[in-house]
Amino acid sequence: MSLDRSDVEKIAHLARMALDETQIDTYASELSNILALVEQLEQADTSGIEPMSHPLHMAQRLRHDEVTEADRREANQAIAPQVENGLYLVPKVIE
Amino acid sequence: MHTKTIVELGAGLKAGEFTSVELTRHFLERIERYNGELNAFVTITPETALQEAEAADRLLQSGQAGPLTGIPIAQKDIFCTQGVKTSCGSRMLDNFISPYDAAVVERLKQAGIVSLGKLNMDEFAMGSSNETSFYGPVRNPWDRNRVPGGSSGGSAAAVAARIAVAATGTDTGGSIRQPAALCGLTGLKPTYGRVSRFGMIAFASSLDQAGPMAQSAEDAALLLQAISGFDSRDSTCANELVPDYSASLNDSLEGLRIGLPGEYFGEGLDSAIAASIEAAINVYKGLGAEVVEISLPNTALAVPTYYVVAPAECSSNLSRFDGVRFGYRCEDPKDLEDLYKRSRGEGFGAEVKRRIMIGTYALSAGYYDAYYLKAQQTRHLISDDFSKAFEKVDVIMGPTSPATAFGLGEKTDDPVTMYLNDIYTIAANLAGLPAMSLPVEPVNGLPVGLQIVGNYFAEGKLLNVAHRYQQETRWHRQMPEEYVL
Repeated sequence: MSLDRSDVEKIAHLARMALDETQIDTYASELSNILALVEQLEQADTSGIEPMSHPLHMAQRLRHDEVTEADRREANQAIAPQVENGLYLVPKVIE
Repeated sequence: MHTKTIVELGAGLKAGEFTSVELTRHFLERIERYNGELNAFVTITPETALQEAEAADRLLQSGQAGPLTGIPIAQKDIFCTQGVKTSCGSRMLDNFISPYDAAVVERLKQAGIVSLGKLNMDEFAMGSSNETSFYGPVRNPWDRNRVPGGSSGGSAAAVAARIAVAATGTDTGGSIRQPAALCGLTGLKPTYGRVSRFGMIAFASSLDQAGPMAQSAEDAALLLQAISGFDSRDSTCANELVPDYSASLNDSLEGLRIGLPGEYFGEGLDSAIAASIEAAINVYKGLGAEVVEISLPNTALAVPTYYVVAPAECSSNLSRFDGVRFGYRCEDPKDLEDLYKRSRGEGFGAEVKRRIMIGTYALSAGYYDAYYLKAQQTRHLISDDFSKAFEKVDVIMGPTSPATAFGLGEKTDDPVTMYLNDIYTIAANLAGLPAMSLPVEPVNGLPVGLQIVGNYFAEGKLLNVAHRYQQETRWHRQMPEEYVL
């Protein structure tokens, strides 16, 4: 699969990541090369093979639904770019 | 003092030959002298290091010291450290002061170590040369025109130059073993789930593991002992007994079955490295081990499988960096989308962007089956190869890396060429198996690593096998001449 400029722009939008205009062609060719590497997988016969989602084939451990964490809101918000009254601030979303 | 291992320094501390404060000062002076030319440390913490050393000296005097008490090591900058910048090698986290400690950091503190600071790394652990760091490349102490490997390149360079006694690392596709090989260290990637990943910044969650990078298997055993074990805060952490890793170091290797996969000795392997590995295998034969030719037929699928699984998981994990709660935020965002896009576009470097985009693409509508599902199936094939092999052998050996350390800038133009450095290391992550690298005979004055892969939770066996070799040889005690004094 070879990607062109518009593919890269689409993917970057999905990833919410601004790209430098002058770099888009370079990304298109680099990402196409990586996909060419990945496409070697097509040669593998995987019919009837279970997908492996956990290296130890373990199930996700569950815990009781109870509060375990202490309230550390202040410490956690002290490192935020912008907060007010315990809320994270972002540019206005609703007019 | 800096040419000594943890075990030797621990004995010196206990015997009162020197104090932890003296030892820590000595290493801080060495960092001052050498870090400029190596760029191994991103952050140096002399004040807290000396406080920890003083506390360690009090413990030593009261006779309550453990084997790691007062030993100055350093942490890869992927581990959160409370009150200390935790950058992950990225502009995105250049301003991030962690509000808590990672489990690994916490456990090493409890064991009494002194932390000298935080070590440089490839950005978000994505790289094999430590050239993707926001803080610039790390240089290999054996030849400063060469790379130290990656992503734990700062860890490897710091220990190789003995500006830290040992270091922590993380390994998603070879990031402990490959730099250990390129810098002449003993590095171990534990079984998936052996070590808690709480507070370790996530790259690819089904692959990431933390482990020690040290001067010897004996030292690695002490560090692994301290960081292993169950932690309820990491839902993937295994609830398995942690054996005494030091106790089995000297076990006999009589009758040990070593599997040599033909696929690891084929095309692409430097012939001088092959000879070096063969010489190491002969040492094992002398110790009573037997060699079995084996096959891991799906080896060629490992790199392509990894470059679906790892980017897919990274694109998901790194979505948390949005410029809202912590980390980098762009100037004057005009709306929320602009805030996300520019914060991420300006905060991430090129390699991280490439991987996020590959992952985003592989997981996007219409492509999931062709990429991610297919890669999970080939991952199963790779894992089954190992299960079959371990029916016949106890450990698998081969080279860690196809070549010795390459030149700075030599492989930065082509991401795919860079990816192929990890051709021998990636499979162990995909299968979740423990694996280590230890130094064998160098080639042209540059270190070479022997990789040993073991069965699940067989870290004790790996350390035993490595230690016995290190009893017979001195390669692990070699260090770059310039840094001996």
